[in-house]
Amino acid sequence: MSRETVINWALALGLLAVPFLALMQGEPFYITLATRVAILALAGVGLNLALGLGGMVSFGHAAFFGLGGYAAGILATHAFNQEPLFAWPFMVSGSNDMLLIWLVAIVLSAVVAFLIGLIALRTSGVYFIMITLAFAQMIYYFAISWPAYGGEDGLSIYVRNGFPELNTLDPIQFFLICYVVLMACLFISARLRDSRFGAALQVARQNPERLAATGIAPFNIRLVAFVISAAMTGLAGALFADLNRFVSPSMLSWHVSGEIMIFVILGGVGRLFGPLAGAALFIVMEFYLGGITEHWQFFLGIILLCVVLFVRGGILGILAGRRVHG
Amino acid sequence: MAETAPILELRELRKSFGALKATDDVSLDVRPGEIHALIGPNGAGKSTLIHQVAGSLTPDGGEIRFNGEDISGLTVAQRVRLGLGRTFQVSSVAPEFSALRNVMLSVQSTQGSSFRFFKPVMHDASLVDAAMEKLSLVDLAERADVVAAELSHGERRQLEMAMALALNPKLLLLDEPMAGMGPEGSKNLTGFLDTLRHEVPILLVEHDMEAVFSLADRISVLVYGSVIASGSVDEIRTNRDVREAYLGEED
Ligand SMILES: Nc1ncnc2c1ncn2[C@@H]1O[C@H](COP(=O)(O)OP(=O)(O)OP(=O)(O)O)[C@@H](O)[C@H]1O
Ligand SMILES: [Mg+2]
Repeated sequence: MSRETVINWALALGLLAVPFLALMQGEPFYITLATRVAILALAGVGLNLALGLGGMVSFGHAAFFGLGGYAAGILATHAFNQEPLFAWPFMVSGSNDMLLIWLVAIVLSAVVAFLIGLIALRTSGVYFIMITLAFAQMIYYFAISWPAYGGEDGLSIYVRNGFPELNTLDPIQFFLICYVVLMACLFISARLRDSRFGAALQVARQNPERLAATGIAPFNIRLVAFVISAAMTGLAGALFADLNRFVSPSMLSWHVSGEIMIFVILGGVGRLFGPLAGAALFIVMEFYLGGITEHWQFFLGIILLCVVLFVRGGILGILAGRRVHG
Repeated sequence: MAETAPILELRELRKSFGALKATDDVSLDVRPGEIHALIGPNGAGKSTLIHQVAGSLTPDGGEIRFNGEDISGLTVAQRVRLGLGRTFQVSSVAPEFSALRNVMLSVQSTQGSSFRFFKPVMHDASLVDAAMEKLSLVDLAERADVVAAELSHGERRQLEMAMALALNPKLLLLDEPMAGMGPEGSKNLTGFLDTLRHEVPILLVEHDMEAVFSLADRISVLVYGSVIASGSVDEIRTNRDVREAYLGEED
């Protein structure tokens, strides 16, 4: 087992242990904190596919996070009020079934990512960053100005959506749902990375001219990766809405895009478990430093600067050393 | 030879960068089984020509026919899939991948879709074995696991050659493959290309005259974007214009 594998296991088991320790200590709040870490890490795992493997610096992943959130909020609201979403050309009613909501969140994020990608992926570098940001801001302002679903005030989910055979209102059970989803997406990411598609995607980042000279069009590879990446972040958004039982345009704001990117960079760009390490450190800092000083983001900024300037591989780079390639 | 249909045909190709005519009404062809060398002084437009054939530059006018088919409208990747293999003047590889994984990417491309998401490539014998075979062909098998960025300059050229060959090309475009190889390396590569011509025709851009004269079936001379002479090795050697414009003082 490589050192990175050991650290990955430690991170996975560490996160799993937190809620149970919290329960024993009678501190249920930490269960929520661990759930937050799992969900935000998932958002980062999505971005890591585009950013880490494919070199696509998307500054618009909040769009997918928010769309996933709104998928959960809107479906739940309609189910709660027993009003159909629309009645023509066929009847579509709301739902409080998590599985269905996830599916909608994934498909919605994927479709929007496909459309954004078609345009944004014709550019690269700074232009790509700006275009993804612009699209996300468009959706953000749309959500603010659309009164039907709360506009600026957002939308409450009165009862957390349900999962077959489980009680999602029990914090531990909801945590476990999020945890399993995170691990499943990490598994998918690992397989993607090692697959033919993953090989092409990594070369699209390392040397797109070479990829084309090998007969593989970089655009198509990037587009598909961008869509998968967005789908995972969208799924995280749906879980996040359920965690807070609330969704608002703030989930779509560029701050969120920045935070998701911070998880990835802090943890180690392109490292499988980087987003989990990054999200965990972020939440811990937000919680402890936030308790000491309002200016915790200033210290976060300093840490981030150090990571970018001095330790290329982020937390995993420090702990596990340089990345090894097959 | 003369009656076989050419694999590559350029007709009245033109390309300007502003006022500079980098390709000025160039017509030439490459026939099956031959090495057609393209020589000319620095800045004559040799690489520019290769880029247009490969698809990374769009010509201003003229025609590029590959296997009888007009490929002007195709992308780089599409041309490669039709059988146009190339190496770059400055080696172009995936620097973070091992030599083996670099070649495996070529093999993967010839096997069809890269949209396979679940099977680990390193457990795929059809990729690994075929890639190893090509690495052995260019004498790089012992270096298979070395990351491309850590290969020597010459080894990276060999790697590029293995990647191009793994595509099973119908035509190879080689842009100064000998550059920086050293006398030993050049000699080996010359021998290698000599045997290769029977499998795949080559359009060879090269400054190393010894290599060109020993390998080429035909030579075209490019000066300021236009072909000033084209013919057999002896014809080019004795051509007055060529001697003046290019070989000049050499002998
Ligand atoms: N993208 C470009 N934009 C502007 N000018 C260019 C561009 N590419 C090449 N040129 C110019 O076109 C001319 C031909 O360049 P090219 O690289 O094709 O020459 P070459 O024959 O390959 O030279 P060398 O033997 O040095 O490799 C040169 O004058 C070069 O400066
Ligand atoms: Mg050149």
